[in-house]
Amino acid sequence: MKPISTGSEWTFDLIERYDAAIREIAHGEFHLDTYPVQLEIITAEQMMDAYSSVGMPVNYQHWSFGKHFVQTEKGYKRGQMGLAYEIVINSNPCIAYLMEENTMTMQALVIAHAAYGHNSFFKGNYLFRTWTDASAIIDYLVFAKQYISRCEERYGIDAVEELLDSCHALMNYGVDRYKRPQKLSLAEEQARQVERENYLQLQVNDLWRTIPRREKDGASRAAPRFPSEPQENILYFIEKSAPLLEPWQREIVRIVRKVAQYFYPQRQTQVMNEGWATFWHYTLMNRLYDKEMLTDGAMMEFLQSHTNVVYQPPVTARWYNGINPYALGFSMYQDIKRICEAPTDEDREWFPDIAGTPWRPVLEFAMKNFKDESFISQYLSPKLIRDFRFFAIRDDDRDDKLEVSAIHDEQGYQAIRATLSEQYNLGSREPNIQVWSVNVRGDRGLTLRHTRHNRKPLDEASAQEVLKHVARLWGFGVKLESVDSDGTVQQRFDCHPEAAVASL
Amino acid sequence: MSNIIDRRLNGKNKSAVNRERFLRRFKAQIKEAVGKAIKGRSITDIDSGESVSIPVKDISEPSFHHGRGGRSDQVHPGNEEFIRGDRINRPQGGGAGGGGGKASNEGEGEDDFAFQLSREEFMNVFFEDLALPNLIKTQLMGIEEMKSVRAGYTNDGTPANISIVRSLRGALARRVAMAAPTLRQLREAEEDLDTLLESDADNGPEVRERRKRIHALREKVNRIPFIDPYDLRYNNRIKQPKPTSQAVMFCIMDVSGSMDESKKDMAKRFFILLYLFLQRNYEKIEVVFIRHHTSAVEVSEQDFFHSRESGGTVVSSALNLMHDIVQKRYANRDWNIYAAQASDGDNWDSDSANCGRIMQESLLPWCQYFAYIEITQGEPQNLWYEYLKVAEHYKHFAMQKIGSPADIYPVFRELFKRQPATRS
Repeated sequence: MKPISTGSEWTFDLIERYDAAIREIAHGEFHLDTYPVQLEIITAEQMMDAYSSVGMPVNYQHWSFGKHFVQTEKGYKRGQMGLAYEIVINSNPCIAYLMEENTMTMQALVIAHAAYGHNSFFKGNYLFRTWTDASAIIDYLVFAKQYISRCEERYGIDAVEELLDSCHALMNYGVDRYKRPQKLSLAEEQARQVERENYLQLQVNDLWRTIPRREKDGASRAAPRFPSEPQENILYFIEKSAPLLEPWQREIVRIVRKVAQYFYPQRQTQVMNEGWATFWHYTLMNRLYDKEMLTDGAMMEFLQSHTNVVYQPPVTARWYNGINPYALGFSMYQDIKRICEAPTDEDREWFPDIAGTPWRPVLEFAMKNFKDESFISQYLSPKLIRDFRFFAIRDDDRDDKLEVSAIHDEQGYQAIRATLSEQYNLGSREPNIQVWSVNVRGDRGLTLRHTRHNRKPLDEASAQEVLKHVARLWGFGVKLESVDSDGTVQQRFDCHPEAAVASL
Repeated sequence: MSNIIDRRLNGKNKSAVNRERFLRRFKAQIKEAVGKAIKGRSITDIDSGESVSIPVKDISEPSFHHGRGGRSDQVHPGNEEFIRGDRINRPQGGGAGGGGGKASNEGEGEDDFAFQLSREEFMNVFFEDLALPNLIKTQLMGIEEMKSVRAGYTNDGTPANISIVRSLRGALARRVAMAAPTLRQLREAEEDLDTLLESDADNGPEVRERRKRIHALREKVNRIPFIDPYDLRYNNRIKQPKPTSQAVMFCIMDVSGSMDESKKDMAKRFFILLYLFLQRNYEKIEVVFIRHHTSAVEVSEQDFFHSRESGGTVVSSALNLMHDIVQKRYANRDWNIYAAQASDGDNWDSDSANCGRIMQESLLPWCQYFAYIEITQGEPQNLWYEYLKVAEHYKHFAMQKIGSPADIYPVFRELFKRQPATRS
């Protein structure tokens, strides 16, 4: 077959032909299931714009996005960093950005990586299937942007900005980790919003009713505990129960919460998602080359940039900055494929159910049903541990030295697998803070509780700062207790709303 | 089939609003940085962007995270020498090496968040203090003034600009050109028909056929439109920069002991403003710095603002020096001469009358504009009264007492109001 192109310049026609060729392989040979693809050609400036509004084509306005923009622009202009490899949006159709400055080969790479790799991950992975609604997100953001700018007109930029600052501080605590959220769509959202405003305010008023209800049996009982169980979704709790918020403020809290929820699966599947996309751009581009649709030169260019992407600097390198999710994810999928196709005795022992079976269904299963944490604990093989020369270090403040707890040997495989898996567990990476109680009958103070994991304390300065934001939202005093596994309180933070307003 | 969309022509400044929000939030810090920059910069170099840095702790967005302590296990790649049970000394500092993954969590380094203010943004902040009217701001920030002049005709434009004569002339030419071949055929066909009719033979069908052809050709000629969008011509106007020329600006400052840093800073803003004004109106500007106490010297900008002197004050020395320089270097009438003088009002009593005389006789007739500011909180002294007399007679002499930067602009009010009359 003739190569699709020989030069490095791209044209719309060539992009179309590459896309068709890649689609043919992805759908026809490998049966990847994807959303329809929308490729958008943009300039470097537009890429920076997209970058700074967390990759979304529309978003509400806030200074923090401006800060990211300024940062990106600075880095880019000084040549300290290249721009995004690609930006792809979990929407239906799946939008992938191609940057004008790229060569034809890079465009093909991005198409394979984003428009087929990420795209099929978004459509297949269980977290995305349950927690996000690809067809509604753009609509919802349009609604959010309009709503927030209306609020700015009515209540002033400062009031809205303050509120958003406070919500952003709690963004990681605005997600439901276990309860499945409702789908959102623009029309419904608008229709329900007014109704919700009225209803919510009613609920809150009832909770904070000051005239005591006449007790039927005449006896006064102890105040019921509120909330009846600890609440993990702090923003949700604030939206529903904060006594002083206006209805529009509750709606904005809700918007931030919904956006946080939308991004939550991405934060849990970094290794899997990037690895999957990288695996597929590698496989698809190689297939193109095998079919002689790529020139040798294009293949070299592709391999060079692929190699850069999956490079893992060792811990001793000066530019070491943790584990590269592209490298780990890509190697793991490659390794699963290897185990299926050419298992060793070790593989047969560790992975009896997949060794020697067809690789495509196994890979599909792995992509669909895991998140980083469980993916690693299920599939990280001894061979990979050896290849990466992984070792685990235990840092215990009761010990004056660090200890190497496991290395890439027979005794260490299990431990390294477990430790690495834990490292990707959002639940233990972020402090576990929940709404503990509200003093309903007294000063209306809110108490949050941090449950310590491995005795790790809270960072004091930032906790104090965030608490001010909580106090601003709640409107009354807020306490935060950090509790050890045996239930004793180790750290206490306290914040009065007046103090919060004064210092924020 | 995938959808391919070219978005390159969509607006690229989607983040402009966010950037503006960002600047708005950190106004105080940015103002401070701009203030510092003005102190540090040469006045001829005021017209560019500036790098601003803001302490990271002011700009960070807080979130809950773990502090140091407790137990943590980390996996790292690239083991070279360790075996299980090895004990390593804890690395000092933010946990690099031993806990590279943690380093980012504890991002409370001392590095400032630095970024570049664009020229416009810089100027906006600079102007803010000076309380300039908006019109003046645009005048100073805008690019050179343009004049719209006629420049022939174009093929597209707005209906209001259609040139009727040109369009119809074009249409006529087109009609002639397009009809010509058909008309020739028509003529031939008619002649053909005539010869046929003249011959006696019975050729009815042939005649009918010729007639049909003539009819068809006539139709064809009629179908040529009277006027076509293609014929339209529009009057073309292009913008041309207004003619500009050269100016010289004299900065005269009293550097006697009583002029302290803050007064000099105020004076600098005054000079900058005049410079900016000149820059908009003249292509080439030279700046002459004259400083004086009891005697005057011409100095470099560096020395002008930064060296310290002490002693008494004789203002006329500076005016004399300016006069000499004007005579020597700028006497031919190609130069527009502007002068800005800053002082705290001190002068030898007997010298003030002298100043008034020099001003009226040998400086003002040559100058386009002379601005004087007195930076003082106290009562005006005799120089002020002397200058007041001068101001009565000359409209292009402006003076003002200045307590804060906002007082500077009124000195120039007259200047900004009128267009400078260039002499060349």
